[in-house]
Amino acid sequence: MGRETRAMQDDEQTGPAVLWLLEGEELWGKNCAGCHRIEKMKGVAARFPAFDSRLRKLVNLDDRINLCRTEHQKAPAWTHESRELLSLNAFISRQSRGMPIAVELDEKTKPFIEAGRAQFEQRRGQLNLSCAQCHDDNWGKSLAGTPIPQAHPTGYPIYRLEWQGVGSLERRLRNCMIGVRAEPYAYGAEEYRVLELFLMWRARGMKLESPGVRP
Amino acid sequence: MAARVVVNVPASAKKGDVIEIRTLAGHPMETGFRHTQTGQLIPRDIILRFSCSYNGVEVFAADLHPAIAANPLISFTTVATESGTLEFKWTGDNGFSAAHTSTLSVV
Repeated sequence: MGRETRAMQDDEQTGPAVLWLLEGEELWGKNCAGCHRIEKMKGVAARFPAFDSRLRKLVNLDDRINLCRTEHQKAPAWTHESRELLSLNAFISRQSRGMPIAVELDEKTKPFIEAGRAQFEQRRGQLNLSCAQCHDDNWGKSLAGTPIPQAHPTGYPIYRLEWQGVGSLERRLRNCMIGVRAEPYAYGAEEYRVLELFLMWRARGMKLESPGVRP
Repeated sequence: MAARVVVNVPASAKKGDVIEIRTLAGHPMETGFRHTQTGQLIPRDIILRFSCSYNGVEVFAADLHPAIAANPLISFTTVATESGTLEFKWTGDNGFSAAHTSTLSVV
């Protein structure tokens, strides 16, 4: 991450993600503040994706927000990766800035983490590359002039300069899959959830910096 | 979505000081050169002009063009001469208009 990008991320007043944070704050006030206290959201984003023992599946923070809407508020779920969902997610994740990533590793989540690891190590696409081949074996080297990062999802949702907007980790994963000329999974597919969990587990202990700014 | 703008002006300044003003406007800045997946041209939708007046006098203005990124951040400096208001205005395609007023106290 370059110096200029870091400066944009650290700019709390006029950084580009501020627009989403402000919208998220408004949505929080309208939709969530009736039940939840914002102080209680500290650390929440560091624990997702998590295993929902009632649904018996993995949910990320976006899913959790929509579950709250459909089950408790009897409101329609927000569209996948909609501006509302990204804004509210960014605002909630902002509360955990600086906290270490601490997804659960127990007998319930272990199979998902292992499934995520299998995804991470699975060669795919026309280029026949796995995530691990770049992000474990060759991080720090250059790919077409861009440094290859270690793929730690510490800043999601991120404002990506290339996107000119805020996007989710799932969008970033689709991006990488297209990059190796593989067909991305369908929106909201289980494969993304396990990969997200694996990546968060792999980055355990690293500090959250949501909403991050990335080139 | 309603236009969202963020302005960062120091709350107070000494007379004669150079102050930095940073403004951020939420806008897609659609260039007018891109096509949809079905080949249709996406019409241009950009901010065309930004201006700032300090107690009624225009101290900074900028014309914006299609090559400028979404959510443009405009940062500039001016000299704090007297207490008063700073009025910011953005206007653009499709009747886009946004305004913001900040107060500055000069001691």
